[in-house]
Amino acid sequence: MANEVVDHGRRRFLTVTTAVVGGAGVVAAVVPFIKSWEPSARAKAAGAPVTVDISAIEAGQKVTYAWRSLPVFVVNRTKDQLAQLKGLDSRLLDPESKDSAQQPKYATNENRSIKPEWLVVIGLCTHLGCVPDFVPDIKPEPFDANWKGGFYCPCHKSRYDLSGRVFSGVPAPKNLPVPPYHFVDDTHIQIGVDPQEAG
Amino acid sequence: MANVFTSIGDWVNERAPGLAPMYRAHMTEYYAPKNFNLWYYFGSLALLVLVNQIVTGIFLTMNYKTSALEAFNSVEYIMRDVEWGWLIRYMHSTGASLFFVVVFLHMFRGIMYGSFKRPRELVWILGMLIFLVLMAEAFMGYVLPWGNMSFWGAKVIISLFGTIPYIGDSLVQWIMGDFLPADATLNRFFALHVIALPLVLLLLVVLHIAALHEVGSNNPDGVDVKHGPKGNRWDAEKPADGIPFHPYYTVKDLFGTGFFLTIAAFIIFFAPTFGGWFLEHDNFTPANNLVTPSHIKPSWYFTPFYAILRMIPSFFGTAIWGVIGMFGAILLLALLPWIDKGAVRSVRYRGLGFRIALGVLVVSFLALGLVGAGVTAELIPEWFPHADVTTWENAFGRLMVAGYFGFFVFVWVYTRFGFEKTKPVPERVTMHD
Repeated sequence: MANEVVDHGRRRFLTVTTAVVGGAGVVAAVVPFIKSWEPSARAKAAGAPVTVDISAIEAGQKVTYAWRSLPVFVVNRTKDQLAQLKGLDSRLLDPESKDSAQQPKYATNENRSIKPEWLVVIGLCTHLGCVPDFVPDIKPEPFDANWKGGFYCPCHKSRYDLSGRVFSGVPAPKNLPVPPYHFVDDTHIQIGVDPQEAG
Repeated sequence: MANVFTSIGDWVNERAPGLAPMYRAHMTEYYAPKNFNLWYYFGSLALLVLVNQIVTGIFLTMNYKTSALEAFNSVEYIMRDVEWGWLIRYMHSTGASLFFVVVFLHMFRGIMYGSFKRPRELVWILGMLIFLVLMAEAFMGYVLPWGNMSFWGAKVIISLFGTIPYIGDSLVQWIMGDFLPADATLNRFFALHVIALPLVLLLLVVLHIAALHEVGSNNPDGVDVKHGPKGNRWDAEKPADGIPFHPYYTVKDLFGTGFFLTIAAFIIFFAPTFGGWFLEHDNFTPANNLVTPSHIKPSWYFTPFYAILRMIPSFFGTAIWGVIGMFGAILLLALLPWIDKGAVRSVRYRGLGFRIALGVLVVSFLALGLVGAGVTAELIPEWFPHADVTTWENAFGRLMVAGYFGFFVFVWVYTRFGFEKTKPVPERVTMHD
C-alpha cells in the first residue's frame, strides 16, 4: 500500500464528487425545513375568500369585514360624495391610480371600483399599517379645512379620499390597496377572488 | 479536606490534561494591559447580562404559554400568580434593555480607542455578528408577550422585507407563516428566541473572546503591550505593561458588577417600565389586529435604526431605500476597520477631525433615537405651535441621518488621503511606574 503511487486525479475526482453529491443532499434536506415556514393548510384555509352580504349597507355607510384577518372596508358612496372626488385630483399623490400594485386592473378607473358607488379597500394605512378612521362628512375638519370626506389615519395623520387615494404631503406613500373581489350578485360580493377567476 | 480537593484535581488533570493550561491561558496567565479604565467594564458586564437572560429566560419558559390565545394571559399569570414571577420577568425585561446599554457603550469604546483596527478586525466582526443576533433575539423576544405593541411592532418590522422587489410579498408570508402575525409566527419566534439564536449567540461570544485572547486586548492608549518591553513581576517573557486577568481584572470587574447590579436593582424594583421606554404602555393590552396603537414604535434600542428607515423617503415607486439605509448603517459599522485607515488607534492621539467626527456620530445616533421614538414629533408642536411637524421632523431627522453616514465618509477621506494630523504615540502605556 505505502509503495503505491498516489493517483491525484482519482483523488480529486472522488473529493469533488463526494462534495457535490453531499452538497446536493444537504440542499435537498433543507427544502422541507424551509417549506415548513410557509402558511400551513389551516392558515391558508382561514385565508380563503369570504362572501359578504352588502344589502344592509346604506348610502354613506362603511362596514368592515375581515379577510385573511385584514380589515376590508366596504363603503356605499353617495352621489354627492362621488361628485366631490374629481375636484381633488390636484391635491392627491396618485390621482389616476398609476401604481398598478395598489389595485387590480378592473379597479383601475376613476372610482377605483367595479361599481361606482361601492368602494372596497384594505383598511390599513400604507404608511405603517394602522387602521384609518372613516370620516365621511363633507365639512371642515381640524386636520383639513377643505375636507370632502375620506379616511384619516390617527397614527401619523395620513389622509385618503373616499376612493382610498392618498393626499400629497402625508407620510403614507401609496393609495389604499383594493383587494381582489367581484360581485356574486347585486347584494353579495366575494373578497379574495377576481371577477375573471369567478367567471 | 485540602487533600480531597487536591486528589480530585489530580484525578481530573490526568484524564483531561488540557483544562488547567486553558484556565491559565485565559485567566491567570492572560496578561491584559494594566491601564484599563471605566470603559473596559462593559465587556464583562455584557457577559453578566447574557447569563442573567439565559437563567431568567429558562425560568420564564416554565410558565409561559406559546400560543396566540394564551401567551398574553400567561405573562400576566407570571406577573400576578407565580411566586416571584414578577421579579424573574422584570429581571429579563430590564436585562434586555441593559444589554443594549452595555453593548452600545462597549461598541463606542471600541471606536473611541481604535480597538477594531488591525490586528483585531476579526474580534470586531464577530462582535458585530453578536450585535446582529442580539437585535434579532430582542425583536423576537418582544413579540412573545403578544401585547398590542408586540403584534404591530412585528407587523411593521416584518413588512420591511416586503419592500424587496419581486420576492417581498411571498417572503413576508414565509416569515409569518400566515397573512398577518399569528399563532404560527409566535411559535416560530419562540423557538428561535429560546434555543436557536441563544446557541448561535453563545458560540459567537466564545469565538469573540477566543479571537480577542489570541491577539490581546487593546487599551486606552492604543499601544500594543505585546510589542513593548518584556518582563513583569510574574514572567520575564511577558509584556512589562501587562497584568494577569485573574485576579486583577476579575476583582476590578467585580466592583463594576456591584455598581451595575445596584442600578439594575433600582430599575427592577422602582421603575421596571422605565416610563414606557423599557416596557411600552401599549403592550399592556392584548394583541388586536383591528386596532393599531396610536404610535407604533419599536423598543428604544432600535429607534436610531428605525429613524433612519423612516427618514429616507420612497422614490422610484419603492420604499426599499429606507431599508437599505437601515441595514447599511449596521454594515458600515462592521466595515469600520477598512473605512478608518488611520495608523493611530486611540482618540487620545488622533487628529482633531476624528474627535469632532466621533462627537457628531454620537450626537446623531442619540438624536435619531429621539426621532425614532417619536419624541421630536411631540416636542415640535410644544416648542413651535405653528410649525408643520412632519416638515420639521423630516428636516431634523435627515440632518441627523447625514451626520451618521457622514461620519463614515469623513473618516475614510480624512484617513485615506492623509488629512489626519496625529499626536506622537507613547512607546508604552502612560500608566507605568
